[in-house]
Amino acid sequence: MEAIGLLMHGFAVLLTWKTLLLMMTGLVLGIFVGVLPGLGGPNGVAILLPLTFTMDPTSAIVMLSCIYWGALFGGAITSILFNIPGEAWSVATTFDGYPMAQQGRAAEALTAAFTSSFIGSLVAVMLITFLAPMISSFALKFGPPEFFAVYLLTFCSFVGLGREAKHKTVISMSLGLLLAGIGMDTVSGQLRMTFGSAELLRGVNFLVAVIGLFGISEILLTMEERLALRGHAAGISLRVVLSVWKDLPKYWVTLFRSSFIGCWLGITPGGAIAASFMGYNLAKRFSKDQDSFGKGRIEGVFAPETAAHASGTAALLPMLALGIPGSGTAAILLGGLMVWGLNPGPLLFVEHKDFVWGLIASMYLGNVVGLVLVLTTVPIFASILRVPFAAVAPMIVVSCAIGAFAIQNAMFDIWLMLGFGVVGYVFKKIGIPLAPFTLALVLGNRAEDAFRLSMIGSGGDLKVFWSNGLVGSITTLAIVLLFWPVIDRAFSGVSRMLRPAKA
Amino acid sequence: MSNTDIEIVVEDPTAPEANSPQVVSVRVVDVVVSLLLLALAITLGLDNWRAGAGWESTGPQPGYFPFYLSIILGGASLYGLVAAFLSRTEATETFVTRAQLRRVMAVFVPTVLFCLATQFLGLYVASFLLISGFMRLVGKIALWKSLLTAFIFTAAMFVTFDVAFDVIMPKGPLEAALGR
Repeated sequence: MEAIGLLMHGFAVLLTWKTLLLMMTGLVLGIFVGVLPGLGGPNGVAILLPLTFTMDPTSAIVMLSCIYWGALFGGAITSILFNIPGEAWSVATTFDGYPMAQQGRAAEALTAAFTSSFIGSLVAVMLITFLAPMISSFALKFGPPEFFAVYLLTFCSFVGLGREAKHKTVISMSLGLLLAGIGMDTVSGQLRMTFGSAELLRGVNFLVAVIGLFGISEILLTMEERLALRGHAAGISLRVVLSVWKDLPKYWVTLFRSSFIGCWLGITPGGAIAASFMGYNLAKRFSKDQDSFGKGRIEGVFAPETAAHASGTAALLPMLALGIPGSGTAAILLGGLMVWGLNPGPLLFVEHKDFVWGLIASMYLGNVVGLVLVLTTVPIFASILRVPFAAVAPMIVVSCAIGAFAIQNAMFDIWLMLGFGVVGYVFKKIGIPLAPFTLALVLGNRAEDAFRLSMIGSGGDLKVFWSNGLVGSITTLAIVLLFWPVIDRAFSGVSRMLRPAKA
Repeated sequence: MSNTDIEIVVEDPTAPEANSPQVVSVRVVDVVVSLLLLALAITLGLDNWRAGAGWESTGPQPGYFPFYLSIILGGASLYGLVAAFLSRTEATETFVTRAQLRRVMAVFVPTVLFCLATQFLGLYVASFLLISGFMRLVGKIALWKSLLTAFIFTAAMFVTFDVAFDVIMPKGPLEAALGR
């Protein structure tokens, strides 16, 4: 297999002391942000992004993706020991993880969580290894209409499948696309929506917006809550680890099912949150002993953690193969790629082999190193929570400001970040989702270019989006997904009408 | 495990009281945000109309794509406005209580001051002031701990960004006096 040879090459790129050191640093920083309340994957990656600006792209992405893995691992620690999900996708882990800790089985629960996270990611990385090159070589045949159709599919699936009120998703997305258009128009060179401001000439930088939306707003939200907490401390001994691992084969069905759900939901923009709940619920439904769930059953930890990690990892597949991120964090990594001068999309696999395979290899290596790291250092990380938030909050604010400034060396961006912080705070509280906004902002220009190029090609005829089987089916699928809630209701209405007739 | 009985306890003495009165309901904020978005959509829509939202011989004009987006944004905000007016649940939901608002302001106001200070004093001085001030005044942490933490953090940032990675931050009179 060609993929395996390239993967080995990727490992060779990585196995230097410098890279391994960066990996460890990334993981530690990631676990740190995962454990801290009010900071998570997207925030962590966004805040720490400026650290990587001066590195070469491969080192940078290795460090950033390790921050991401670390944050995924870290979320489990607070859920189990403190009953506080560090991340939304860790909520399902608290159902059985915290009861286990209360029964004095914290070490067992943590081992289970870390191990299943590891398995989930591993399955997803294997999927990426073999599927991503295939998809990207297929996508090389895409022209502008096909690309626009894929972008449309991404946006429509957010509206149709998201849990939030539909009009709020639409608001968030159109706002993101509009802000992406501010500044100089790339085709005609004309200025748009700048209202004579020289600062707006540069446009609204995606990363500045993200740092404000996720970093600053999260601090404001965290301050609202009561920050007192009580939890169990735990150390993990080798004996516990081995005994949990010995039992692993018994749960292979759960692990496999959750990995599958996670990969599936990760690729479609739905996210890790839905995956973790679905993994948990299905494990419960298929269990012979449903009542024991929620009372400290180890399967209740395995199922959501595997699914959350599989989906968090699988979200990187469409990003690598097509340049379309499957989650908020993937969108930020994508923004990073552009800062380092890489053009995300199918060409990445052709033009930057070292980079892509280095990244994929780092996913394998990062997860192995991460597993060992968390298993050995849990007590230290649990005690991070002792650090008062009054000390952590201003440091996060400073890091955000450094990040926002460093991107374009503009003071205006610090103010912009502050503005986005307020917007993010208000939006979160009134239920306007931020993920579609992030995605729209990062994809906006490319979606518009694809649209205009296809329009120029066809002479302004919208039929170009149905001009061949491929683009036609993607566009149709996008429209079906957009109206999915309506279609779903219609179907269940029809089947309800038919059922009494059958009976 | 044997050591699970050791509990980690963190207190939060300045936590917002649970029974604090509400400042504003979710509905009011939702209506205001919808109106603002509507105004934004109209402003951007007009600007794009001016830039040209039609077709020319080479394809769509620069304002074409954003013009239709402004219409979508406007439509969705209008829908949101009506939905917020009609919603009964939102009227009873609290957007923020007085105690919560006080805490949010306790972090937001220093952040604004920090940004101002960054503009005039440079980032490193501003960050020292923010961290030490916030820890001391909001967190009620001992003065020497606050100053020490702020100094170590700021110095670490300076070494990481300015010395090691050459990422230049806004600087003020202090850095100039030190010759950096």
